[in-house]
Amino acid sequence: MDAVAGLMKGFAVALTPINLMWCLIGTTLGTAIGVLPGLGPALTIALLLPITFKVDPTAAFILFAGIYYGAMYGGSTTSILLNTPGESATIVTALEGNKMARKGRAGAALATAAIGSFVAGTIGTLGLAFLAPLVADMALQFGPADYFALMVLAFVTVAAVLGSSAVRGLTALLFGIWLGMIGVDLQTGQARFTFGVPELLDGINVIIVAVGLFAVGETLYVASRYSGGNDEVIPLKGSLWMTREEWSRSWKPWLRGTAFGFPIGAMPAGGAEIPTFLSYYTEKKLSKHPEEFGHGAIEGVAGPEAANNASAAGVLVPMLTLGLPTSATAAIMLSAFQSYGINPGPLLFQTQPELVWGLIASLFIGNVMLLVLNLPMIALWVKMLMIPAPLLYAGILVFATIGTYGITQSTTDLMLLYAVGGIGYLMRRYDFPTAPVIIGMILGPLAEQNLRQAMTISAGDWTVFFTRPLSATLLVLAAIAIVGPKAYDFWARTQLKPVPGGDA
Amino acid sequence: MASGSDGLARRRTAVGELAIAVGVLVLAAVIYWQVQVMPVSPLYAKVGPTLVPSLAALAMTGLGLALLLSAVRGGWQSAEELEAVPDRLALGWVLAGLLINLLLIDVAGFTLASTLLFICVARGFGSRKIIRDASIGAAFALVAYFGFAKTLGINIGAGVVEHTIEGLLPLSRKS
Repeated sequence: MDAVAGLMKGFAVALTPINLMWCLIGTTLGTAIGVLPGLGPALTIALLLPITFKVDPTAAFILFAGIYYGAMYGGSTTSILLNTPGESATIVTALEGNKMARKGRAGAALATAAIGSFVAGTIGTLGLAFLAPLVADMALQFGPADYFALMVLAFVTVAAVLGSSAVRGLTALLFGIWLGMIGVDLQTGQARFTFGVPELLDGINVIIVAVGLFAVGETLYVASRYSGGNDEVIPLKGSLWMTREEWSRSWKPWLRGTAFGFPIGAMPAGGAEIPTFLSYYTEKKLSKHPEEFGHGAIEGVAGPEAANNASAAGVLVPMLTLGLPTSATAAIMLSAFQSYGINPGPLLFQTQPELVWGLIASLFIGNVMLLVLNLPMIALWVKMLMIPAPLLYAGILVFATIGTYGITQSTTDLMLLYAVGGIGYLMRRYDFPTAPVIIGMILGPLAEQNLRQAMTISAGDWTVFFTRPLSATLLVLAAIAIVGPKAYDFWARTQLKPVPGGDA
Repeated sequence: MASGSDGLARRRTAVGELAIAVGVLVLAAVIYWQVQVMPVSPLYAKVGPTLVPSLAALAMTGLGLALLLSAVRGGWQSAEELEAVPDRLALGWVLAGLLINLLLIDVAGFTLASTLLFICVARGFGSRKIIRDASIGAAFALVAYFGFAKTLGINIGAGVVEHTIEGLLPLSRKS
């Protein structure tokens, strides 16, 4: 089906009153959790996963997508007014946005962030609508070996390239893969790593791991670092209407940010951080006012904000067409698909056109809702920033308990939740990234399945991964991604003798 | 950046990091041991359920050794993180709240256990207003119980409090 016809059909689905309501709930909730420090979209969607037993898949995914987009908008508000990035992708926004707010230009910063997010989100969603069917068509020819190679590439980039250390990222990833293997092996019926505990035969629920890492672990970490004082919330000053000059300084960064964000997000590697940094440095280079950077340059808010929203749209391309999640949030959404018995992949556009196109159409609608929620109604969200930390984190832990205990009413699950929380605390303390755990846990079993299928087809011949051109290329890319940075470091160190003071 | 050669202050073995590295190696050993005891039908001898776990154990051993090396060379934490002293009292309150919740949720019901959890966590974050925290916590738990849990159709532990309120409210009886 071509994109235009698909979108027409999608809007017919998304514009029904009930789906509009789900979209509104999702975007509102998403903005709220984006604004609140300590809560993120992955955690929220994990807590809401039980809803998949109650509502039809289209409604659930419209809700989840609203949360996903909404958190991006809300996160920028926190970065600008509190200087505590709500989401990792909004770190760069805090650099210039908070400085602008301190100079009494919070209104303009919030406006360029929200409008830039809208522009980028809309263009990114258009990109998704037109690119995804093409990728899906191409992916129809992928064999198990190609899928496996693709997943290896995603693993490597998510764990090794995006974080601060390849070793720690890969350790987190392998921990997740191991968690994903616990339970009965679906191909042979063999129980693995259950240690004789019958509760473990069904595997560990991803809700427990996500909530344990992102809610319990995070709360423990914040508590251990909490010195009693609240961060200062900068009062909302300055008109929300941007001046002519601010418009003219914003629109190009929006478009350039989108041009970074969408393609990078759409690659099997994913990640929202890299495009925001690229956008920031590009704007700094191109700006007519480079001296303002570091002191509140509007370009430094407009570009990165656009980049992170465009990449959010991009991440949905591999997620919907290949079943390949490249962020923790996308991984949890994939597990929601699995709970409906739907396998995202090239066939999704044929088997579930209403779901896919309804979801994409609702992203356009959600973007409009988010623009309204985040500009005229911004004062409401600023009030949420005033919630005292003791109440906020106490509430997060109570919700974490409901979300986990509610699934099975088993205290075993609660113990598991708190144990994962303890591991999450150690990971935060010792600088291990947590997102690869979730990605490994969801994607690991799929990678294993494809590996074993490929090996079965080839009758146990390992060369199958290197004789297929696509899988060979992807594996070489993965190897470069792991070895490349180290090799470059080594080369740079031996070739270019260190310049005194030149090495940062 | 933290390659060990950039400062004299961090040549000594870092205890925390060492423990983490040993933990990773122990996990690798456990995986390897489980793979050994897994009965595998000869049908799946080549690509059976042990293939990926074996690879995982191998990779984890390598990563654990790399972490160990880094720990012995002084660890990988940033100077900022090294200087920060964990607030043990705050952690203690939060952990106490979790433990109380775990022990009481079956016996006393969700609302009561959650309220106590709420008070303890708030205390850990420096709040001294116990009465305010208790009332907000109780209200929050009740709203969560009747709103979130009932609409999502998940049944979380009902205790005395929940049954009393449910008895008073005719609307929630139909479920």
